[in-house]
Amino acid sequence: MLPMLSTNPLTPVISCIHRLRRVLSAVVLGLVSPSLLAAWELNMPEGITALSRETHSLHMLIFWICVAIGVVVYGVLIYSLIAYRKSKGAIPATFHHNTTAEIIWTVIPFIILIGMAIPSTRVLTQIYDASESELDIMVTGYQWRWQYRYLNEDGAEVTYFSNLATPAEQYENFSDSIAAEKGENYLLEVDEPLVIPANKKVRFLLTSADVIHSWWVPDFAVKKDAIPGFVNESWVIAEQTGIYRGQCTELCGRLHGFMPVVVEVKEPAEFDAWLAEKQAAAQRIADAASQTFTMDQLMEQGQTVYNTYCMACHQANGQGLPPAFPALAGSAIAMGPIEGHIGIVLNGKAGTAMAAFGAQLSAVDLAAVITFERNAWGNNVGDMVQPVDIVTAQGE
Amino acid sequence: MATGHDAHHHGPASGITRWFYTTNHKDIGSMYLWFSFAMFLLGGMFALVIRAELFQPGLQFVDPNFFNQMTTMHGLVMVFGAVMPAFVGLANWMVPMMIGAPDMALPRMNNWSFWILPFAFTMLASTLFMDSGAPNFGWTFYAPLSTTFAPDSVTYFIFAVHIMGASSIMGSINIVATIQNLRAPGMTYMKMPLFVWTWLITAYLLIAVMPVLAGVVTMMLFDIHFGTSFFSAAGGGDPVLFQHVFWFFGHPEVYIMILPAFGIVSEIIPTFSRKRLFGYDSMVYATSSIAFLSFIVWAHHMFTTGMPLAGELFFMYATMLIAVPTGVKVFNWITTMFKGSISFETPMLFAIAFVVLFTCGGFTGLMLAIAPADFQYHDTYFVVAHFHYVLVPGAIFSIMAAAYYWLPKWTGNMYDENLGKLHFWLSFVGINVLFFPQHFLGLAGMPRRIPDYALQFADFNMVSSVGAFIFGFSQLLFLFIVVKTVMGGKKATAEVWEGAEGLEWTVPSPAPYHTFSTPPAIK
Repeated sequence: MLPMLSTNPLTPVISCIHRLRRVLSAVVLGLVSPSLLAAWELNMPEGITALSRETHSLHMLIFWICVAIGVVVYGVLIYSLIAYRKSKGAIPATFHHNTTAEIIWTVIPFIILIGMAIPSTRVLTQIYDASESELDIMVTGYQWRWQYRYLNEDGAEVTYFSNLATPAEQYENFSDSIAAEKGENYLLEVDEPLVIPANKKVRFLLTSADVIHSWWVPDFAVKKDAIPGFVNESWVIAEQTGIYRGQCTELCGRLHGFMPVVVEVKEPAEFDAWLAEKQAAAQRIADAASQTFTMDQLMEQGQTVYNTYCMACHQANGQGLPPAFPALAGSAIAMGPIEGHIGIVLNGKAGTAMAAFGAQLSAVDLAAVITFERNAWGNNVGDMVQPVDIVTAQGE
Repeated sequence: MATGHDAHHHGPASGITRWFYTTNHKDIGSMYLWFSFAMFLLGGMFALVIRAELFQPGLQFVDPNFFNQMTTMHGLVMVFGAVMPAFVGLANWMVPMMIGAPDMALPRMNNWSFWILPFAFTMLASTLFMDSGAPNFGWTFYAPLSTTFAPDSVTYFIFAVHIMGASSIMGSINIVATIQNLRAPGMTYMKMPLFVWTWLITAYLLIAVMPVLAGVVTMMLFDIHFGTSFFSAAGGGDPVLFQHVFWFFGHPEVYIMILPAFGIVSEIIPTFSRKRLFGYDSMVYATSSIAFLSFIVWAHHMFTTGMPLAGELFFMYATMLIAVPTGVKVFNWITTMFKGSISFETPMLFAIAFVVLFTCGGFTGLMLAIAPADFQYHDTYFVVAHFHYVLVPGAIFSIMAAAYYWLPKWTGNMYDENLGKLHFWLSFVGINVLFFPQHFLGLAGMPRRIPDYALQFADFNMVSSVGAFIFGFSQLLFLFIVVKTVMGGKKATAEVWEGAEGLEWTVPSPAPYHTFSTPPAIK
């Protein structure tokens, strides 16, 4: 659980002093994991697409031009500082103007800039050509997760969320007890990655359900803002299979640092098999909406859904982080009439951070999480919500 | 109040009311400078909270929401509270003395423009103690994070920005009026010291863009409280419109924070090179060109928002062009030193470091201008490193250089040269340890504004945090040096520096309360 510290600015200061000892002792004892020592990465990745390599070489071209200019400029500067020291008896010259020199150092940079602009324009024009894609995927940013929806496919629609999979024990190091050891892909791992086929042009249509996010995979050299109410496009032809990791790069609220992007590139045949399996699963979920579940089933599934979608704000113990994120334990809504509870979960609450989950979760998950909230943390209302209730409410 | 022909016989009023009622440009300049230093320390404390949290992976000290409040408040306080008022303070002190004017043209407005600032920042800082917490949407406050999804304290933030804007506009009107009307006879435009020139251009930039900032926060206010939808697509608005309007203010704002620095460095380098500034005319033209270009490059902050190709290309080309006049300035400074007779007093050290490190920030700026490469750099630590290189060893170092350069004129005492050099070297090392590794972090893929990071970013973050604490605590030494100089020290001559030229060096040190009540003769 993340403690609520923002209301009192002194709390972090006090806890700073308290924890500084632990941090310093970690340094002294060399507890910074040895496996990290190989991580002095200096440069941009070349990536696995033609455009990412082009971008990388553009980056290196400009870098080396800057280095060359730097060598000349800093060279003259350092020479002057050494050669014309007053302490060495330097007598100042009296010149203060030289039209020829000034024209030269205006024109030469201009020519260099033209040399940079030409390849940049070429690469940019290629990046902007998103036509003739073979697969379209809708990428929707949410606070704080990504939703992927496969478009233009026959059969049941495949749509799912990609949530941070790093357990909270690994990143919540507030307490003095030893935190769980951080995994290899700490903060860059998700429960379900985006899956795309290799060597096919995949177009991403990016938008957002709340604030502006930005979807970035460094190895694709793809970074595009996901803007609520608008659709941006970007594309990739991934040339190597494997798992590629990135992050949201536009500040999007409290857990901006905790919504990674993970893309798995599969061979086209494997991708087709994967998609067929996802479509079958989607069909099963749609069918499940007509089933009736027991209290235990709903509570178990509800706990899982709650931990993924609700816990960041309302907290594991249901106490929330008032006033922004109210408590659910003992809340009038969670213990009140069932229709009101369903309504707020489906439609959200305007003007607050409470999102409309009706479009995000399946009927089964919605029924389960509402049942869970009505019967957890001492909210012993005792009633159940079935998927059919959700479908009915959504139809109204 | 001092009026008429006997003004120069009057000293300052006594007691605390001197500071409330003063219309004297030197008093007001001092207040601006002390205020900005206080804000520098406050903003620095916020930065140290950030760097402490980022010392190691994991959340150690603060909740992510509080972390976001720290990044936001750090940016706002440093930009609007530390850098801008410091330059206005220097302008207040130096512009009248440099052009041979008795005071600022609009002394009462001068008092007003300063005294509303403490209220603005008290209002802004008070949000830290509110239930909702302080603004947490970054100093660029992009909608809808800053509107629909903002904490309640956003309204206080909006009014604080309004007051800061009003203060800046009044300050700039005053500077323009002073420079255009109160120059001593014979002080033609092309004889004005470059600090005066750069401030004249800066003042026009401020008058042009601060109302745009006021406009954008007012649109936010209406979206939040009065049901409009300027920045909400649901009501027919556009979140990207916010960014266009913000950066139409924001990019000139960047130059507002660096042009006076150019002026300061153009004063200091000739003095300690004992040689006239090389290419005075081209300096003036280059500054004007930069100011003009600053109005047509704003959307290079928005390359990833999905602008059309033609827009991307236009803003890429225009941004690259800025390298030309900026290069001219750097070449002129270096040529001024070339074949000079250079000595290395503290102001000169800061000025040389400015030239070296600002150029470094210029290089990364050029890299960022390249739109396809910017897709990789955008919103990563590479950008953080870039703009801190132009703002800290750029703007901040120039302000420190100016403080050491003119402190003997202000106080009549020489500062402690050894301590000054110690302060310089601590700052120089600290700043590079702090910001240089951030280039690598950004290129390797670390986004900005995150409270926790993947393990491959751990080492450079730790190095960066160590640099932050070195740099941060070194500034207490600066405070000590300044206070020590105000209290006493070796008496300064009128000229102070061997190679110094300009009207400010013709008056005694410390400068009398009223200077140039009768205009000086200009050669």
